[in-house]
Amino acid sequence: MSDLAPGVWADLVGQEPAVAVLRRAAAAAEAGRRGEPGTGMTHAWLLTGPPGSGRSTAARAFAAALQCPRGGCGECPACHTVLAGTHADVEVVNTRRLSIGVDDARALVSRAARYPAGGRWQVMVVEDADRLTDQAGNALLRAIEEPTPHTVWLLCAPAVEDVLPTIRSRCRHLSLRTPPTEAVAEVLVRRDGVDPAMAAFAARAAQGHIGRARRLATDEDARLRRHAVLRLPLSLGELSGALQAAGDLVDAATAEANEQAATLATAEAEEMRRGLGVGPGGRQPAGAAAALKDLEKEQKARATRTKRDAIDRALVDLAGFYRDVLAVQAEAAVELVNDEMRDAVIGVARASTPESTLRRIDAILAARTAIGANVAPLLAVEAMTVGLRRG
Amino acid sequence: MTAAPGPVPLTLVTGPEALLRDRAVAAAVAAVRVTDPEAEVHDLSAVGLEPGRVTGLASPSLFGGTSVIVVRDVADAAEEISDELKTVLADPGDDVVLVLVHPGGVKGKSLLDAARAAGAVVVDCKVVKWESDKVAFVQGEFKAAGRRVAPAAAVALVDALGSDLRELANACAQLVADTDGTVDRAVVERYHAGRIEVTGFKVADAAVEGRYEEALRLLRHALATGSDPVPVNAAFAMGLRTLAKVGGASRTARPDDVARDLGLAPFQVKKARGQLAGWSPDGVAAAIVAVARADEQIKGGGTDPVYALERAVTDIVAARALG
Repeated sequence: MSDLAPGVWADLVGQEPAVAVLRRAAAAAEAGRRGEPGTGMTHAWLLTGPPGSGRSTAARAFAAALQCPRGGCGECPACHTVLAGTHADVEVVNTRRLSIGVDDARALVSRAARYPAGGRWQVMVVEDADRLTDQAGNALLRAIEEPTPHTVWLLCAPAVEDVLPTIRSRCRHLSLRTPPTEAVAEVLVRRDGVDPAMAAFAARAAQGHIGRARRLATDEDARLRRHAVLRLPLSLGELSGALQAAGDLVDAATAEANEQAATLATAEAEEMRRGLGVGPGGRQPAGAAAALKDLEKEQKARATRTKRDAIDRALVDLAGFYRDVLAVQAEAAVELVNDEMRDAVIGVARASTPESTLRRIDAILAARTAIGANVAPLLAVEAMTVGLRRG
Repeated sequence: MTAAPGPVPLTLVTGPEALLRDRAVAAAVAAVRVTDPEAEVHDLSAVGLEPGRVTGLASPSLFGGTSVIVVRDVADAAEEISDELKTVLADPGDDVVLVLVHPGGVKGKSLLDAARAAGAVVVDCKVVKWESDKVAFVQGEFKAAGRRVAPAAAVALVDALGSDLRELANACAQLVADTDGTVDRAVVERYHAGRIEVTGFKVADAAVEGRYEEALRLLRHALATGSDPVPVNAAFAMGLRTLAKVGGASRTARPDDVARDLGLAPFQVKKARGQLAGWSPDGVAAAIVAVARADEQIKGGGTDPVYALERAVTDIVAARALG
């Protein structure tokens, strides 16, 4: 195993310290398998980091390194299949719904007890460990504490506080940092062939969220939506205007979510119809209608989450705007997230005080919390714009 | 209600309002009886109907005479029954009057289409939803009975029993039977005093208009009669949102224009204009924040949804006092 080749770790941007830990662990695991001494490996990991820092990328890369005879070369069939999500001994759990329920968790426990088909490791990756319900988390406790000798659990969550304390205490914790904007821009240029100026803008605007940066760099609509959101601080003069802006924000997020959901839903239904053998205009085989109905239900549950995610992205962009305002007010020598809107930022900064900017940021964060606590999104965003208007 | 002038061979009664459906069926039957008092009436449900029954009833009778076949619940008809009905309605016998009853919606649509194509007389029984329509319904009930009702009395009756049209119709019938002369508000109150149906919107209106004690009383009343806290709070949010939007629009523009610009109904604009007196924008803003807080507490952030709502009412009234 060469120490310098990026291999499976290539897409982990700006996470050198964490990569070093995981590499050491993979090497120790390999040594342990051969009966040699080695330290640094354990059977349960909790990877945390801000959204977009690459938690699931890190988990998949680590899984590949465990399955690869050369510790994650990035070239062998094992590495390829893990990264493509088709390796037989790597189970990746993620959800587009609001939560992972106890039934899914129980299915995982039985899967985790199997001997790996390839003879190396049975790797269980839970990408949204923060979305495990309490019941689901409890169902996993025993399996995570004492898995069979060949099983490794990799849980990902935004922060340690997002998982049950009982799960936390059974895992080794590894945190990822927010990647530096230069690193994000560099990967956009290298991997996605984005123009350097656009890459620099997208990396800044996404505040270290790699997936979001890529979306902004490659999708004109996403840029326009973001721009519309950032005009909100400038339309807060009248109360009716503020509420209108809140309504527009929620409407835009809903439209975005519906559009995404509709595209995906049609494709999925089409695929399922083909899988069930429903020909065009032909008769449906028995049970096909029920299966399609279940799919529809699942898609509906997912739509709620997609809408919330879209609103959350908008709120993060807004918080970034006021962060810039605060930076200008404090005369801090930091790069502005919204450098292209410098004039607007300075205008708001001159017209308000740092105290009111902090109150505004609090209002945005309160809205995010409220939406997480199931408050009607429109009402929560309205209360936020009211707070922003008051300052 | 809609009495056909003479017997029509095929009637399709469709729509969600059960009372109106029943009346339409009764009217169709009555229309047949005008010409043939001896007509045989078969009132059937499509659910559990044995195949062949309708065909049998529709075939010419040895004794002559008209036969009226009423088939209810055709939305839930099994496929073979549905097919049988289609065959019968395409070619009913000379002395057969067929009445199909469907609760609206898309279930069993092919049968509806077939009936329409066969030239059925369609009686549409829409939901009587708005308060003004319900008041008109009450007035129509009294008029049909040859009695007069004071407008205030009709409104009071709708306030008391408005959620169920059948109940409303029964109350009208009772008042017609038990009283003489014009039915006025005092008469309605003698029979239905103290029984007011409260929705979240009424609570919201009382709070927004600053009637504190009344809002609290209505809130308790609404919760006690089965309203869920979540929609009640949504009504608060809705009321304040409308208030803020209308408050920001021109005062002199026509309500219809404002309504179209803001995506509201004209009556909402008129109501909000009336409620705006006494409010300042900052007051509305504070009230919206209070309602958002209540929403979080109702949905698990607090321990007592009822307390959260009472607190929201208190905060709304206090915010109004700011103006």
